[in-house]
Order: sequence, then structure tokens, then C-alpha cells
Amino acid sequence: MKKIYSRPKSLKRTTFHYCPGCGHSIVHRLICEVIDEMNLQDKAIGIPPPGCAVFAYYYFDVDMAESAHGRGAAVATGVKRAFPEAIVFTYQGDGDLAAIGTAETIHAANRKENITSIFINNAVYGMTGGQMAPTTLSGQKTTTTPYGREDNLEGYPLKMSDIIAVVKGAVYVERCAVNSPANIRKTKKAIRKAFQTQIDGLGFSLVEILSPCPTNWRMSPIEAWQWIDDVMSKEFPLGVIKDITGGKDAD
Amino acid sequence: MARALMTGNAAIGEAAIRAGCRCYFGYPITPQNELTEYMATNLSRRKGCSFIQAESEIAAINMVYGASLVGARAMTSSSSPGISLKQEGISYLAACELPAVIVNMSRGGPGLGSIVAAQSDYFQATRGGGHGDYRTIVLGPSSVQELADLTYKAFDLSDKYKIPVIILGDGVLGQMMEPVEFKYEAPAELPIRSDALRGAKGRPSKYIKTFTSNPAELEEINWSLFRRYELIKREETAWETFLSEDAELIVVAFGIAARIAKGAIKTARASGLKVGLLRPITLWPFPNEAVKELAKRVKYYLVFEMNMGQMIEDVQLALEGKGEVSFYGRPGGVVPTPSEVSRVISRLYYQKGLK
Repeated sequence: MKKIYSRPKSLKRTTFHYCPGCGHSIVHRLICEVIDEMNLQDKAIGIPPPGCAVFAYYYFDVDMAESAHGRGAAVATGVKRAFPEAIVFTYQGDGDLAAIGTAETIHAANRKENITSIFINNAVYGMTGGQMAPTTLSGQKTTTTPYGREDNLEGYPLKMSDIIAVVKGAVYVERCAVNSPANIRKTKKAIRKAFQTQIDGLGFSLVEILSPCPTNWRMSPIEAWQWIDDVMSKEFPLGVIKDITGGKDAD
Repeated sequence: MARALMTGNAAIGEAAIRAGCRCYFGYPITPQNELTEYMATNLSRRKGCSFIQAESEIAAINMVYGASLVGARAMTSSSSPGISLKQEGISYLAACELPAVIVNMSRGGPGLGSIVAAQSDYFQATRGGGHGDYRTIVLGPSSVQELADLTYKAFDLSDKYKIPVIILGDGVLGQMMEPVEFKYEAPAELPIRSDALRGAKGRPSKYIKTFTSNPAELEEINWSLFRRYELIKREETAWETFLSEDAELIVVAFGIAARIAKGAIKTARASGLKVGLLRPITLWPFPNEAVKELAKRVKYYLVFEMNMGQMIEDVQLALEGKGEVSFYGRPGGVVPTPSEVSRVISRLYYQKGLK
């Protein structure tokens, strides 16, 4: 019998700690599939963040090192500068990359650091219990915006990928989602392209992934998938934001 | 360039390069800019090396963390307010047992303070500095030559014990020029640390982390760190004594203050006062044994610091009540003169009935 689906080699044989319906496990798998397909398991170094994905090193069967909150792009910079042969990726949430790590991310992009950032946007701080993230939508209720996020008091949802895209050293920025089989396939393609951008030595690449958090959104997994389509992707439109890699799909 | 006339800041840069430092990440702050500039000129275009003027002190220390993860000798430098920002990264380096060298050319505080030399960061440097139960090795040079010598030593100690090492200088040391001899040159290629992350090639993948949801595991990590700290205390404590053999009063001072104290002691000796110096070179570990040894014979101590009294606590702890400790300090970036300190010494000497 032909085997058509199995655990990626670079994904450890263990049980995820993620909540039912969480997008992290899907994204982990996609990254591992790409690492396998591109034969990167022996040269990849991953930098996971504090937050729900802090245990990523229990799942990815590649070398990994924990970063302080928000410092992923700076840590990855040090890794890549000292060991350019490595394929270096950060795995960061919205609070990590777009709030406390805003400066590190923008400046790593601006220096054209040849690294890849995988940016999970689920519009809340997940691990700490569903507080407002920089990407929380206007009107969205979280534990720290119990009356709904009010733009004039709590600010607008921050479109970090669009900010990164205007930075000259960023060469590939795409926003994807993992809320349908079709979107999951597109996400994998984007991750693959981001790694290829690094392999080709072209500069900073970032893939933002809209990812469901049913627990903190107080939704069922199906409702969460639907909410990404109906609400979240209206504020954060999917698609390539910037591509100056020079490939056939480039700007 | 085995021997040169250099500022202290530049001497650290040259010594670091000779020690095999491959990565320097820094951020401008006075009075240590010459070091960053030296590395920009002399390290940034060197093969296999990297220099970044980072977007912040926080980013710089985290770049050091990244470079150390993959086995490179890496360094950052700053001055007091910037060192406060680096404490997060230093705590992670300590927790992950990663080597790194951090230079603090300290200045007056608190707050933005002044850009003038001060020793007010002694507590911060010797008590860990950031969050969590950890220590760093802290070296306190008192001349440009010693800045160079201790820079080599900092890299070696850091690798040997897998611990961040702080070089605690000050604005005077960083800015002043003195002849300096570079006595060391690391091999062109240093061996890569066996625990470095270099990709899972020919071995299983590995990870470096500090977080655990199991308090028992974290307790064991703390115990393991502290076992190493005990070893460092036993093996690496360093100090200098000066005219202490027959002294009836010992001045305890570190760094540039010890240099000033030496001048003061010479003046006091010229008028017949039996005064000597104890200068801790490792500020952590503090030379407790040296203090205890002196205390067998000497009753009176004058702790002199360019702060309101920080190292004095370590002297008192080491003495365990066996000596009488006085203090003279000038905070805020005021640099006292040797004659000022010699007046303090002679006043104390006569007050205690030593002559």
C-alpha cells in the first residue's frame, strides 16, 4: 500500500500541548514538511519565543534555542552572523514580534539580515490568558479589553507585516492563514519561499500566519476558522505584501 | 603592534580581537564609544567576524546571546544606563550557561546621571544584576594594561566556566591613554565549543532553553549553577596587595579608586604612616580569604569607593566583625585626588591612635 501521509522526519514523535483547534500545531507541521523537503534538518536553527510556542523545541527535531520575549530577530541575527551556513528561523507570536520585539524585528529587516521570521498572528496573548495583542481587532473583547478594543484608548490593530514591507532590507513578506485546506497549502508554499529566499542569500523574509485561538477567542474550532475568514482577514488581508526576490512571482 | 599608547577603550578592543573575539555588538553611549568605534574599524571587515551597531542595548546583548549559542567568542560593551538594559540578556546567558564578555565603562548615576567616571554599579555587577538567582564573574581592572590583560582573561574564564564575565571599568579607565603591551594572540581558529548549536549534522538535534514548568527541574538548574559558582570562588579569586606587610591600616579599593588610593598611600608612607592596600581584582568572587588573612593582624580598614558605599558590605561580610571599618566615598562622578584621600587616611590614622 502506498503511504501518502506521514509525520515529517523533522517533527518529533510526541504529543503537542496545544489546545484543540490551535493553529500552532498546523504551522509546526508545515515548517517541518518544508525542512524535510528542502533537506535542511541538519543546518536549521530555530528560535522559538516565550508564549504558547515556547515548547517548540520539544516538537521540532532541529537545533533550537529559546529567545527572551521579543528578541528573536536579534538572537537570530547573532546566530546567522556567527554561523552563516545555518538556516535560521524565528518563530514568534504577535505580542512577541509586533509589540515587545518591534524594534528588533524592524532593524533586523532593515539590516537585510538573511533570516526568516514565521509570525503567528492570533490577535491575542495566548499563553498568558488572552490579553490584548497589538493585532487585536477594533472592538474585540479580550481580558484586558473587556469592553472591546477602543481605537482611541487602546490603539488600532497594528499591521506589522505592512510596516516590515516598507523596510528596504525586507525582500519577501506574505500574509497567510491556516483556516482551510486551501489556505494551509498556500501557507506552506509561503514558508517554503521564505526559506528559499534565505538559501539564496537575498535578505529578510517574513511570513505572517493568521492562526486560530479558539480557547481565548471563546469559540469552537470551526467558529474560529470562520472568524478568520469573516473578520480577521478583512483587517489583515491575505496575500503577498512584498516580493523583490526576483523570482517569477516577484513584484 | 605589541606595545602601543592607547585609550583604555581601544585597548579592550585590541585585546578582545587578539583573544579571538569574532562578534561585537554595541550601541553608542559615553564614555565607552571608542571601544565600539575601535571594533567598527578593526573587526567589522575581518574575515569570519561580525560587527553590528545595534538598534538598542537590548538587541546588542541578544545578538551576543545568538553568537554565543553557535560557539563564537562574542562581546558587547556599554556604560551604566545601557548595562541596565542588558540585564535581561545577561540573565538569559547565565541561565543558558553561555559564555559572553560584557564591558561596563561605568558612569555616574542613578538615572541618566553623568558621563563622568563612577563606581556606582558595583552592586549591580556583583549581585547578578538581572532577575533570578545567578552570578557573573566580575573583573575590576585599574590600568590600561590591566584592561588588556583582563580582557583576554575574561574570554578564557567565560569559556572555561560557561558564564558571562563582566569587566567593570569606569569613564576614567576607558578614556585615559597609557602604554599597553599586548602579550597574547589566540590561534587564528579557535575550536568550536562542543555544546554549541551548529545544526543536527551527524548527531541528534539539541536545544538550549531556560523555561520549565517543573520547579524541581529549575531547582536542579539553580543548584548546578551554584556548584559551578563555588568552584569559581575556589579557583579564580584574584587580588593585589600593596605595602600591606607591616600595615596597621588597610585601604580597600578597586579599579580606578585603587589607583588613586595607591598615590594616597605613598604620600602617607612618606610621612611615616604604616598604610597598605588591598585591591580586589575579581569583584565577584570577592577575595574573602585575603581579607580574613589580613584580619589576623590588622584591625583598621578604610574602604574607599567612588560611590556611597557598596563594596564596603563585602569587606564587612568578609571581616565577620573582626576589624573596624571606615568609609570614604565620592558619588556622582566626582573623582577624588590622591591628596584628598591621603588626608582621609592620616585623619583616620591619628583618630584611631595608630600614631
